[in-house]
Amino acid sequence: MDYSTSLGSLTDYEKGKVIPIDDDPKNYVFSNVFEVAATSRPYERVAVAKNFEYVIEVARAEGRSDWYTAAHDEFALAMDGEVEIELFKLDAPAAFAPEGSHGARKLGGEPEGRRMGRIVLSRGHQGLLPRGAAYRFNAASPGCLMIQTVEGPETVQKWAEICQNS
Amino acid sequence: MAMSADAPTAAPSGEALVTHTEIGPIDNATGYRSFTAGSFTFSRDEYFARISWPKGTHTMPVDAFLRAMMRDVAWGFFYGTVNFDDVVGTVNHYGEVTLFAGRYNDAYHDAGRDHEERFPSEVLMPLFKAIMSDWTNQGFDPFAAPMETGSAWGSKNGSNEDAITRTRVSAKRMVGLPGDTPLRTDANGFPANRMFPDIDRSAPVIEAEPGFEGEVHAYNLFDYLSRSDVTWNPSVCSVVGESLFCPTTEEFTLPVDHGNDRCEWFITLSDEIDWEIKDKESAKPRATVVTRAGDVSCMPADIRHKGFAKKRAMLLVWENGSPMIPELIAKGEAPIVAVTW
Repeated sequence: MDYSTSLGSLTDYEKGKVIPIDDDPKNYVFSNVFEVAATSRPYERVAVAKNFEYVIEVARAEGRSDWYTAAHDEFALAMDGEVEIELFKLDAPAAFAPEGSHGARKLGGEPEGRRMGRIVLSRGHQGLLPRGAAYRFNAASPGCLMIQTVEGPETVQKWAEICQNS
Repeated sequence: MAMSADAPTAAPSGEALVTHTEIGPIDNATGYRSFTAGSFTFSRDEYFARISWPKGTHTMPVDAFLRAMMRDVAWGFFYGTVNFDDVVGTVNHYGEVTLFAGRYNDAYHDAGRDHEERFPSEVLMPLFKAIMSDWTNQGFDPFAAPMETGSAWGSKNGSNEDAITRTRVSAKRMVGLPGDTPLRTDANGFPANRMFPDIDRSAPVIEAEPGFEGEVHAYNLFDYLSRSDVTWNPSVCSVVGESLFCPTTEEFTLPVDHGNDRCEWFITLSDEIDWEIKDKESAKPRATVVTRAGDVSCMPADIRHKGFAKKRAMLLVWENGSPMIPELIAKGEAPIVAVTW
């Protein structure tokens, strides 16, 4: 038998669902990352999963993002498209993300520090966004990123909009 | 997932603990040993595992029993309740573990026919490992999909220690970083699974300036997952504090009904996985969750779930391994549902 793998994309995904027997579907916080990215503004960091202070954010990658940094590691997984990530080692990272702070924060300008390099992620690639580094995304065409991080000022929570409600 | 050696521990309960375990003699007919844990006994024949306790006895097909016990052993009793089926299982108290029969089955429980005993984890785990070692025959791999392994049946026929003593992958920061868990390749013994012939195997572009080679890093997670030689066995691939990305590949059925004691998130990365959801206490059906590529769902903390995948699928299991959570659970302060709106 020949097998083919179904991966999904922004323009071609088939969402499942919660079929209740004796339960409230909202308990399962059910959404789809491609649907969220397809209906969000570029680089709006939408929480699709939350576990105490930790979140998984989904971002529509399109064009060039602002510069971000965090006081902890983050990881970006490309679920669709090709996304370049530029990295800078900040001279004063605590000025933007104080030690112990949570989540990604915008720099509000260009980073001051040393250029670390760049990575380019295609679908299925996972990249490290190191703590104390500044990073920005660049995507020539729309893509979908899933980011492992901590809830912060850039995290957007709109559960009623993205989840199965009934 | 913070399991096995790095499992979080809770304060001792102060409850009376059972510490007696015993490995019985070899049965002349089947060649298998029997085992005792407190007043529970475990025995097997050519087809079945039989678990007995003072008020009852229960029979499971031995392949299902071995697949279930393998996960319980590999996961260090895991988070919360591991139901081998609707009757037998364990509850992890993180340092202590309850072995039960009928405790989470309405019929047994309401009739007073259930039974449970609590052990130090370091007492019960070696017995479970001894059962796995004795009852797993040559050629049978309890981690493998049914179409990828030999038979569990028959009288005693060798062993398969390599299969049942695999070291679970647990990245400290991220797969592929220097000094961390290595990538999987043909050369190091991880060929792509037959059900993932079409995965893009390209590597990410990585351009690191001098001095930043260990920080500018990426890898092909989908290629890495497609080379997994086990099913239903999450492994840690990236870590943010206590946030653990634990992807895994799934085929056939999850060998246990997992009743997590905390909310647990699933992101289906490929194909389709269907979940049957039952009430954690009573086993009454509550929902079916159909998930396809890109779907995100959260298992509440008061259910048990069992997954089904007709074709090998990639699943991202997302756990919070905080050592504070067992205490919050004990106090009743851990949320049952991760998000409300």
